[in-house]
Amino acid sequence: MKCHIRNSERRACWQAIAITAICVALAAQATAQGGGELRFCLRAEPKTFHPLKVDDDASAAIRYLTGGVLVRVNRQTQQLEPGLAVSWNVSKDGREISFRLRSGVTFSDGTPFSAGDVAYTIQQLMDPALHSSTGDAFRSGAGNVETKVLSPTQISIRFPAQVAGLDRLFDQVAILSQHSPKKEMAVLGPFLVSDYTPGATVLLQRNPNYWKTDDRGRKLPYLDSIRLDIQPNRDVELLRFKRGELDLINSLDSTYFDKLAETSPQLVHDAGPSLDSEQLWFNEVTKAPISGYKKNWFHSANFRRAISEAINREDMARVVFHGHAQPAAGPFSPANLFWFNNRLKPQAYSPDAALKALQSEGFRLENGTLKDKDGNAVVFSIATNSGNKARESMAVLIQDDLQKIGIHVNVVTLDFPSLIERMMQTFDYEAILLGLTNVDLDPNGEMNVWLSSSENHQWNPQQKVPETAWEAEIDRLMRVQASASDANKRKEAFDRVQEIAVEEEPFIFLVNKNALSAVATTVHGAAPVILSPQTFWNAERLTVSPK
Amino acid sequence: MRSLRCKIAGHALALLATLLLGGMLSATLVRLAPGFDADEEELDPHLNAQSLQALRDARHKDHNVIRFYFSYMRRAAGGDLGTSLALGQPVRTLLRDRIPLTLRLLLVGLGLAWILSLALALSSAWLRISAYDTVTTAVSGTFLCIPAAVLALLSVLWNVSGALAIALIVFPHTCRYSRNLLMRTYSRPHIIAARARGIGEGRILFWHVVPVVAPQLLALAGVSVSMAVGAAIPVEALCGLPGIGQLAWQAALARDLPLLVNITILVTLVTLLANSSADVIGHMIQRQQA
Amino acid sequence: MSLWRKLPYVLLALVLAASLAANWLAPAGYARQYREATDAPPSHAHWLGTDELGRDRFSRVLYGTRISLLLAPAAALLSALLAALIGGLAGYLGGMWARMAMAVTDLFLSLPWLFLLITARALMPLNVSPLVSVMVTFLLLGLLGWTTAARVLCASAGTLRTADFVRQARAAGLPGLRLFWVHVVPNLKPVLYAQFWISIPVFILSEANLGILGLGVAEPMPSWGSLLKELEGLVSVGEEPWKFVPLILLVVVVTSFQSLLSRREEVAA
Repeated sequence: MKCHIRNSERRACWQAIAITAICVALAAQATAQGGGELRFCLRAEPKTFHPLKVDDDASAAIRYLTGGVLVRVNRQTQQLEPGLAVSWNVSKDGREISFRLRSGVTFSDGTPFSAGDVAYTIQQLMDPALHSSTGDAFRSGAGNVETKVLSPTQISIRFPAQVAGLDRLFDQVAILSQHSPKKEMAVLGPFLVSDYTPGATVLLQRNPNYWKTDDRGRKLPYLDSIRLDIQPNRDVELLRFKRGELDLINSLDSTYFDKLAETSPQLVHDAGPSLDSEQLWFNEVTKAPISGYKKNWFHSANFRRAISEAINREDMARVVFHGHAQPAAGPFSPANLFWFNNRLKPQAYSPDAALKALQSEGFRLENGTLKDKDGNAVVFSIATNSGNKARESMAVLIQDDLQKIGIHVNVVTLDFPSLIERMMQTFDYEAILLGLTNVDLDPNGEMNVWLSSSENHQWNPQQKVPETAWEAEIDRLMRVQASASDANKRKEAFDRVQEIAVEEEPFIFLVNKNALSAVATTVHGAAPVILSPQTFWNAERLTVSPK
Repeated sequence: MRSLRCKIAGHALALLATLLLGGMLSATLVRLAPGFDADEEELDPHLNAQSLQALRDARHKDHNVIRFYFSYMRRAAGGDLGTSLALGQPVRTLLRDRIPLTLRLLLVGLGLAWILSLALALSSAWLRISAYDTVTTAVSGTFLCIPAAVLALLSVLWNVSGALAIALIVFPHTCRYSRNLLMRTYSRPHIIAARARGIGEGRILFWHVVPVVAPQLLALAGVSVSMAVGAAIPVEALCGLPGIGQLAWQAALARDLPLLVNITILVTLVTLLANSSADVIGHMIQRQQA
Repeated sequence: MSLWRKLPYVLLALVLAASLAANWLAPAGYARQYREATDAPPSHAHWLGTDELGRDRFSRVLYGTRISLLLAPAAALLSALLAALIGGLAGYLGGMWARMAMAVTDLFLSLPWLFLLITARALMPLNVSPLVSVMVTFLLLGLLGWTTAARVLCASAGTLRTADFVRQARAAGLPGLRLFWVHVVPNLKPVLYAQFWISIPVFILSEANLGILGLGVAEPMPSWGSLLKELEGLVSVGEEPWKFVPLILLVVVVTSFQSLLSRREEVAA
């Protein structure tokens, strides 16, 4: 009996231990599913935590993770989805948008959210003294923006002129609290900034008041925290990723992609061509301090087309980007599903045709050197920013390609401020090779690139009146697309802009890089996409299991 | 006593003047270099003409470097070192938060560098074996030929302190100078004679060698501080260490005038203090010898 | 002379001869891109493999040696001479002069010269020939690189000023400059040799780093510095040991230089 009791006691004891162990394991699993810390790198110091002042990638990443927006562009489907607004409506004239807001939402510090906060945010955003790039995107005409709070959950916003693609622009507007003592640090997004060590880390913690739940009714986000290390060096980033100190690499260089793929193919993701493009352009500024005969070459569309034809884009994609890039067909990448002009095909490589075209313009090849009709040897420099290895390699490939038709190219790498000064202020350059990072799907975001009067019309900015007929035509078409409310009409106009750009080659579009990323196997739920932020666009649904 | 006080005051004044001149010269260098007015944000196609102008105006107010510098000095006298253009934070906070880390890195790095250099240099001078000397030369030469960035990356790869990277960047320099100085001193006839007579190495070192090379080695020690500060820039930037070196690099890339001027003044101060103390101790040793 | 003693001469002569004979020795031009064989390992066709643009690394090392081996020692010599002149004279004259010269040296050690180099680039036309660019770069390096040695030299010369033999020579009526040249400068040699030796690899690496400002050797021309920069892609280098060849070669050259200098020192002593 005694013995029996003792046995039963022992059994009970074992049972208790086993149950406790199972409970602990389950709890651990629950934490694994619902918690964990995601760690990745920011490539630069975030310049601001104020969501309306964001103008750099690092700050934009933090805004994406912390800011609550009325509507969100789904990075996978490229479609608009409800956020803090459950529904919205754009008026026929494209000047007014009205939102019906979610009720019962509070900021991270507990302050309730209402239409007043949206009105306050819009007023702050449109304050001319703020000079915010997000705000400038909404500025289509002179006059004030009127906000009308109809009820705590209803608001309408009226702009002085039509704003093309108005609803999508709200994807970038993180709503501020009007009353919170924490000001911009009170947020409506899935995470909040909990600690910042300048030069080292930004620590984000889950926002306990985040409104969103998953399909099973569980509160989002799953993650407990996100640790963002500030690390500009990509070698170090990769080293730390390989060591398991980082969970994601958001945009991976193609060289590293291949190296990583060799040993652990399950970690790397190639999501296909991204929106980014790399391009070369010649200085067409009339008052630029460069020789007159060079200006004549650069102003000739035939010269630009010949250069474009003499560049081997296939090789560029294969050699520089290890096959993780596609020859570019035009201003927009095929990744932009709606706006890309399907009729455009990448320029085929043909040095013979290029030489013939140049000869018909009066150029001649003498002892391996191309000379213009006045006997000037065709020599020019291509400037690019230093520190971007891929871009430097692209410049050297172009140098080699053009040498085959007798053109001598000097490659000059400059630090970014020097390059920008030459490009935007002194115009003291001959050709520049740079990339455009497109975050917008809508062509309206590139209005200032295409309008001849604008400062970002790189090849010849700030024209009082368009200097060429085709630039006048682009100006007209861009205005047409901006003022049409019918999407197809807008598309028709912008298709023509893309065609003119390819015919005249003010920008010689080279390649569209693929969106490459790496995700550790401990991260669950990741689905890298081409739109920024490629890997953590669904951060609220990611989980990290312990190692 | 009074003359001593005058002398000290004179030195302090000279130090202050050099510091201020350093700040002024650095401001001028930054201002005159191209790209001072340029900001990467200008490339953002969303910005309209007014915002672009505002961006340029923000830089334009520092165009007159003399006016900038005088207003900077006036504010600095009140303890306000200005606000960083790129980081938007008060320079004072930025420096205060980062000085301890850099100081620690420099101290450990320099200590290691000097232990390594003196060990190699002294052993070369003692042994006087050509093959050994060639090997030590090859070792220090190898570290001299490896780019600083690679050494910094290696320290990340092997998970060792950035101070070691600093030590490995600095030691080939200090090792070579001290080896040459010690070699020359050990080849003096009276030391060769002393060694031949079997006098202990320690005695020879401290009685005959140190007094001769001390002023030069001290001067070298002073300059090695500047070398370490220079080495801290790539090491901190690559290893992600939030110190003054990383800050200097960020400031240079962003043409952050207020930050750069303050960092230059700080570096000048460290350089001046290190070198002047080396000079003073060197003089004292010489005087004692005399 | 034993073989051991001859070795540095032989090595240096070999490297110099190979670089001068690059036109005949190199299997390909330094700019020739074999785009089908990028980043290739060593093979019969490419002894040291190819770089990321498919250029033959062996040829690039040969051509790169030519530029770096001629210009870096020249710049190192310039910096050593400047150091001797500024540091040596200041230490020898002492007093006010020494204090002023050393204050200038301290300023030189602390100022952000990066911006001077950026300005220097801006003053040159964009279409400058790579050779002119690299010569200007090495000249600037030589002009800026004297500071460390000057400080040590000032201390050396300071101790010499009060040395008995200098006092005797002065008492014997030897004119100041001659005295400096005959009695002071030879005693500064250990520091000057160190300065010269250190400056060679330091300048070679600096030249490559200045590529970020558009100074230095421009593409497609190779230099030792640009070849050594390949090591910065550290993640891949570990698996590709042939990328270390430029580094090993530079170490061999630098060590040979030192052996020559030590010998001169021994002869002088």
